[in-house]
Amino acid sequence: MSEASYPDDLLYHHEHDWVRLDPQGEWATFGITWYAQDALGEVVFYDAPEVGATLTKDESYAEIESVKAVSDVFAPMSGEVIEVNDSIADEPGVVNDDPYGGGWLVKVRLTSVEEKEALMDSAAYKELLG
Amino acid sequence: MPVQYDGVMEEHRAVRGSTGVFDVSHMGQVRSTGPDALKFLQRATSNDVSKIPLGGAQYSLLCQEDGGVLDDLFTYRLGDQEFLTVTNAGNHPADFARLAKIASDESFDVEVTDEAASTAMLAVQGPSARALVESLADGPLPERMTAAEGTVAGQSVLIAGTGYTGEDGVELLTSLEAAVPVWDALIEAGATPCGLGARDTLRLEACYHLYGNDLDPSRNPIEAGLGWACKEDTGFIGSDAVAAARAQGTAEQLVAFEVTGAGIARTGNPVVGGGVVSSGTFSPTFEIAIGMAYLPADKAAVGSHFDIDVRGKHRTAVVRERPIYRKG
Repeated sequence: MSEASYPDDLLYHHEHDWVRLDPQGEWATFGITWYAQDALGEVVFYDAPEVGATLTKDESYAEIESVKAVSDVFAPMSGEVIEVNDSIADEPGVVNDDPYGGGWLVKVRLTSVEEKEALMDSAAYKELLG
Repeated sequence: MPVQYDGVMEEHRAVRGSTGVFDVSHMGQVRSTGPDALKFLQRATSNDVSKIPLGGAQYSLLCQEDGGVLDDLFTYRLGDQEFLTVTNAGNHPADFARLAKIASDESFDVEVTDEAASTAMLAVQGPSARALVESLADGPLPERMTAAEGTVAGQSVLIAGTGYTGEDGVELLTSLEAAVPVWDALIEAGATPCGLGARDTLRLEACYHLYGNDLDPSRNPIEAGLGWACKEDTGFIGSDAVAAARAQGTAEQLVAFEVTGAGIARTGNPVVGGGVVSSGTFSPTFEIAIGMAYLPADKAAVGSHFDIDVRGKHRTAVVRERPIYRKG
């Protein structure tokens, strides 16, 4: 298991997702936070959306399962899935080991970049976690 | 017992690879003592109690008149007229009340004592569990499916060669006070503390029933695949219904399965076309999704394929032989 961390260059959603925006704000990478993977335990299955699927902010777009539980993954912003991290199927533990790197879940073409205003920075998210 | 200490996978692998210890003190115990102890248990439980040798152990069911399963039990014969029966935690108060009522209604000369509150129980399981416990004991351990008094880590314990993981090992029954030093000594000797999460994945790989999931009062032992633990000629309560179910067959049958594609089936997921998943999880040993399900009897043959509705998605599964895991 990795150490708790919440990188400063990411934005955070209260359902424990992170967003890495591309510099132009056209697309973004989503994943789950260190807190989320730690609460879930060892990830064994990622039920990913299809490329082309439409994501709606605050709605579930995927499921992640540990041995003991199923967890919905919520979209931190709206958009269309342009890429899915297929490597998780072969090595689901990467979501635990590297939640902000190799454990990314989807890349999304954003519908409205203004939605980022509702997200938290690292300091605010850490405050939410208490 | 917590769900996990360091992680379900790690704990599961400790039991499959070396030794894990579970604090199963939530389990209940009922002691039956007296001239009619055997006759009483013969009437109350489904198996043939007269077949338990002194120091032996036996799996059985507690049934309703209609054959519905109220609990599954392990009974140890500690003396000619003395037996100790281990119950499931959630059922224990009702089990004890039922047993006491049977003893009284049918005037058996037996004393039935509830020992759950004063008994701690530690399950030490894994391929090196026996050696580990033996290193702390004052003598050789009882063989599989037998029990004997002994000393472990300086404490008096009842040592039973039983378990719920599909591995070799022992279960230690002792007083609440003695359990703490025994636990500490087991951990000190290298046993990995394990929680409910690993207990569930281990038992499901071994296809042991979990009461409340795979057994409940609406299921009889025959459909649950536990006909082997029922000896109807003993005249136990529910034996007529069990005999009828055995003779006529049942509408559904409990099977073990493997999900062949993506997805993990969970308890309560419906089977497409009839039936239900009674237990489902991810198998840390085989890294596939496995479980047990009640299927229509005509679809329950080993090798049959069926679909499970997992939160709206159909996942394909195949009926496997039981157990899915057999120790090497």
